[in-house]
Amino acid sequence: MKYMLLIYSQEANWTEQERIECMTESAALCARWEEEGVLIAADPLEPVETATCVNKKEGRTLITDGPFAETHEQLGGYYIVDVADLDVAIAMAKQLPPVSKGTVEIRPITEIPQLNGGQ
Amino acid sequence: MHEAFVEAARTWSDESIPSRPTAWLISTARFKAIDAFRRDARLRALHPTILQHIEQLEDYNAELTERSIEDDQLRLIFCCCHPAIDPQIQVALTLREVCGLSTDDIAHAFLVSPATMAQRLVRGKRKIRQAGIPFLIPEPAQLPERVEAVLAVIYLVFNEGYAAASGENLQRRGLSQEAIRLCRLLQALCPSAESEALLALMLLMESRRDARIDAQGDLVLLGFQNRARWDHELIQEGLTLTEQALKRGPAGPYAIQAAIAALHAEAPSSDETDWRQIAALYQVLVAQNPSPVVVLNQAVAVAMSVGADAGLTLLDTISDEPSMKRYHLYHATRGELLRRKGELDGALVAFETACKMTQNDAETRFLERKLQELTT
Repeated sequence: MKYMLLIYSQEANWTEQERIECMTESAALCARWEEEGVLIAADPLEPVETATCVNKKEGRTLITDGPFAETHEQLGGYYIVDVADLDVAIAMAKQLPPVSKGTVEIRPITEIPQLNGGQ
Repeated sequence: MHEAFVEAARTWSDESIPSRPTAWLISTARFKAIDAFRRDARLRALHPTILQHIEQLEDYNAELTERSIEDDQLRLIFCCCHPAIDPQIQVALTLREVCGLSTDDIAHAFLVSPATMAQRLVRGKRKIRQAGIPFLIPEPAQLPERVEAVLAVIYLVFNEGYAAASGENLQRRGLSQEAIRLCRLLQALCPSAESEALLALMLLMESRRDARIDAQGDLVLLGFQNRARWDHELIQEGLTLTEQALKRGPAGPYAIQAAIAALHAEAPSSDETDWRQIAALYQVLVAQNPSPVVVLNQAVAVAMSVGADAGLTLLDTISDEPSMKRYHLYHATRGELLRRKGELDGALVAFETACKMTQNDAETRFLERKLQELTT
């Protein structure tokens, strides 16, 4: 099954040193998971202040600066993995460095064969 | 195996599909094979020992099937009590899928409409399917936390049956007995100190069930219960299990609570109870889990061993907790301790507050009686 691991945390909670350590540890995890063949994609996201929201209402497009909702924690990155079941995904989420600073949300990915050119 | 499928197609109607088709098929296949051998008189005459071998094999296979049924049940328990499922839904799923209770019965027990309960069950099954919750016994590394989740569900079911929050029946024996049965099953299939301790705790609580309610259906506090009405068979089993669980190593929360229940069970009367040791055990429990409810219980034990003043001092430390302000037993305890000190006005106010907070008819009657005693 494919899962998306969404990393949420408070951006202000990270020191520069912690951010660097997190990147190094995450890169090592990615290398291992890639080798095991369970990682499909993973990326960190730029800070939420770079976000742009697009929304269409009554034919009028509204473009706004900032994230969709003023939430306590911000989306900071994601992993897409392909593993046997939720327990494996949970075991992976536990290893992610941001798990002790924020929250990792695990979402099963809906598989639609026609999408992605039938891959 | 082929003959077994023929047999299955012949006898299964829509209503009577065996609950475990695979096991049924395997065992049917086995019997068919044995029948075929038995029918062949010539073979039997030529090889008199063959039948004996087959029968030995049959016993072995029956044992394997038995074990696989147990494994399936264990997998089902872990699946229904997966922490990724909402706790309320975990309880409902477990009662439905593991205990086999009907949706209507579960709805009745939890005081919701059958439609609401059916919806909860559907949500639970959908979560299992769509989130990819595995039908597996967890890895050894995950086992302790997963067992903890199962125990939490079992204890929730037990308490729901032991003291209902509202409604006319103070106790719903069936739910408590289901919880005990589940815990026995878990302990048999996947033994751990904490499940043994929870089983002990529930048995010791269950032993007092009949004595908790008087002829009018009113609640009788531990101190006033007729101890001859306690179930001494359950107590004996509970005490043995408590001792075993405590020997297994560092005591977890259920083991400490079982030890407290065991001290009550061993005491001939409330006055002869080892309150000092009970207070000390609550102190350990508070250190593990500093929740206001535990402090409330500790305050009672301290009041009994040291005095009402010491109990009230502890109550003061949790008086600002919102969960305590709403909790009838907090106010009832405060009222009782103030009464013992002779501060009758304060006691009256506390009992009145307690009366407003409870939704349980039997408990309301109990508190009203307390109020009457104070005013006459």
